[in-house]
Amino acid sequence: MPSLKSLSQKKELLSGGHRLCPGCGASIIVRQILLAAENPVVGCGATGCLEVATTIYPFTAWKIPWIHNAFENAASTLSGVEAAYCALKRKGEIKEEIKFIAFAGDGGTYDIGIQALSGAMERGHNLLYICYDNEAYMNTGIQRSSATPRGANTTTSPVGKATPIGKERERKDLVEIMVAHNSPYVAQASPAYYNDLMKKVQKALSIKGPTFINIISPCPRGWRYEPSQSIQIAKLAVTSGFWPLYEVENGKYKITYRPRKRVPLIEWFKSQGRFKHLLEEENKKIVEEMQRRVDEKEKILLARAGEKP
Amino acid sequence: MGKILGLTGDEVAAEVIRQINPDVMAAYPITPQTEIVQGVSQFVADGLMSTEMVRVESEHSAMSACVGASAAGARAMTATSANGLALMWEIVYIAASLRLPIVMPVVNRALSGPINIHCDHSDSMGARDSGWIQLYSENCQEIYDNIIQAVRIAESKEVLLPVMVTFDGFIISHAMERVEILDDEEVKNFVGKYKNPYPLLDISNPVTYGPLDLYDYYFEHKRQQVEAMERTPEVIQKVGEKFAKISGRSYDLIEGYKLEDTDLVVVAAGSTAGTIKEVVDELREEGVKAGLLKIRCFRPFPVREIKEALKKAKAVAVLDRSASFGAEGGPLFLEIRSSLFEEAKKIPVVNYIYGLGGRDISIKQIRSVYQNLQRIAQTKEVGKLVDYLGVRE
Amino acid sequence: MKEKGWKDIPIGGLILEPGNAINYKTGSWRTFKPVRDEEKCTHCLLCWIYCPDSSIIVEDGKVKGIDYEHCKGCGICSTQCPVNAIKMIEEAKEG
Repeated sequence: MPSLKSLSQKKELLSGGHRLCPGCGASIIVRQILLAAENPVVGCGATGCLEVATTIYPFTAWKIPWIHNAFENAASTLSGVEAAYCALKRKGEIKEEIKFIAFAGDGGTYDIGIQALSGAMERGHNLLYICYDNEAYMNTGIQRSSATPRGANTTTSPVGKATPIGKERERKDLVEIMVAHNSPYVAQASPAYYNDLMKKVQKALSIKGPTFINIISPCPRGWRYEPSQSIQIAKLAVTSGFWPLYEVENGKYKITYRPRKRVPLIEWFKSQGRFKHLLEEENKKIVEEMQRRVDEKEKILLARAGEKP
Repeated sequence: MGKILGLTGDEVAAEVIRQINPDVMAAYPITPQTEIVQGVSQFVADGLMSTEMVRVESEHSAMSACVGASAAGARAMTATSANGLALMWEIVYIAASLRLPIVMPVVNRALSGPINIHCDHSDSMGARDSGWIQLYSENCQEIYDNIIQAVRIAESKEVLLPVMVTFDGFIISHAMERVEILDDEEVKNFVGKYKNPYPLLDISNPVTYGPLDLYDYYFEHKRQQVEAMERTPEVIQKVGEKFAKISGRSYDLIEGYKLEDTDLVVVAAGSTAGTIKEVVDELREEGVKAGLLKIRCFRPFPVREIKEALKKAKAVAVLDRSASFGAEGGPLFLEIRSSLFEEAKKIPVVNYIYGLGGRDISIKQIRSVYQNLQRIAQTKEVGKLVDYLGVRE
Repeated sequence: MKEKGWKDIPIGGLILEPGNAINYKTGSWRTFKPVRDEEKCTHCLLCWIYCPDSSIIVEDGKVKGIDYEHCKGCGICSTQCPVNAIKMIEEAKEG
């Protein structure tokens, strides 16, 4: 992995002037991904914060070829682009090595976009699918998605008398779903650990077949915290065990970063307004339950990776 | 040159797609289109086509993949029917707005519900505002000829719009007819090469497709689509003339059958036009001045050609193979009537909704339509404006 | 930017000029402005890799400055700087 110094000599492929919120995790993620890529990239975005804010006509922040089609079809649109590349390369009309990356939020990936994603994964296209997971439908006003964690306050899973913890259901484990699709490379990353993230992107791009990286994307607006804290929170997600950094290559699990000391989950909840109700006395048992669950999941992951707890 | 084969509508579509050999075909099976996808799959498997087949998991993904492929710079095709078209409805509009010249055979089948796999025009009529060019085929030969021309029409610089080539499900798609097939080379030369002026795969000129338009630009982008449709009729006619040179068969926006001195005209699209031609011949033998106006191009709607074709008529009946619930008649009727509104001479026009869900239409029933037209021409009384041909009361 | 008519814009909604968003000055969004102490700065480039708006200007591996035309004042650079070289100053009070 080249140093930050040498990476800084590369051309910046996402310009300033996009209209994402101050402190948005998504653009930090995109910048790191595009810096890591060694070949030219064609990007495909699903409707969502990133796509909308970077391409308000007549402006575009993208310095790579980019296509947005609709909300639920980043994977199928990119499948078409990749198929075109295969056809034209075979004809000798295109000589360059080009990489294909989809950028979609959890909405366009876990929920409305899951069919297209599943199809693309099963067909085996050569593409990398990036989910920037801000854990709700942020662009339309912070509505819950199946990636929203249990206990989060969103506009469609609000905290109220009948629902004291906000979202009742656990979030989906999409990484496991991707592993089950026989993807040759699936990983989870955080922009706070840029080296790990960029290494994973480079690895995914070097592997033939459909690859997937789930990246936590802190959202100051939706998660209710000061914009300057985005990277701190992206770090806390990892150190609290909520967002383990690992990769699965051809079914083989590997933990790519183990925090020296695990931070109690309550710290993760304390850092964001969307969890502040969990700090109430009546929700103590739920918090303990969630801590147990995170601990359990860590054990399972360690066992899969063949590591000792 | 070329050869004569006995092929069903789906087989013809598969054959012509083989000859066109698009770079990418992303399709999902749906009755009665399935034989097209299967036929193409076999051709690819046998090495007779170099097309990248994307076996998508739904029609929505089929059109999405075609959009991606076409924007990338490849020639992309798909095919569908009924609910498949309904499922890709969102993307069908987007494909037209992105000005991508995708060609798609639509095997006309009724939209659910209840679920029905047989022929009517509710699917393609439902997409008439999508911005796609729509060509209706009467028989297997027309499927072949229309699809070849569609590629040229779609990719013309003045047009750059996607084209739907429709043909009746089961009636034509599964019926074997005599078809004249051109040489592979002739088809290849006629369709030429697709040149997208702004391909995604041109990495030295990065472009952005599909931005967000606020209220300050959306209207302008839509106005451009209107402009493209307005330039299309001339292109369709030019391509029709060029096609005549290689095939001996000429095509225009409409087809008039025995319209030169006609009193009574029936307007229709699709396979029923063929049945009507039989009735027209019978009636002419009996001394009745009957004629048929066949609509080949429904979008853009050929107003000028229709006015010209109907100017001598004394009474007109429009047959619609789809209903527009809540409207005063079917879509074809409403547009024909609207085209004639400005004319000095008022011609009575009536509507028959027929054939929904594959309900057959007989020679006898068509004769009854002409009988009604005779009555209207004599008495000047329209009587029932909209009637339903063949439904059990 | 004066709005163009339908005859003067590319068809299909295409945007042909990559990265022209640079012409949209998001710097006006700021309340707080990052100010970097040249002396303290070790050019570790963490601020650069974490900036959401590509607004840390780096030349020859060294931080040259901040693109105040686009910086939104989120403060991530300030919180992530390992040597506290960046302070967030309230722009209105800057004088």
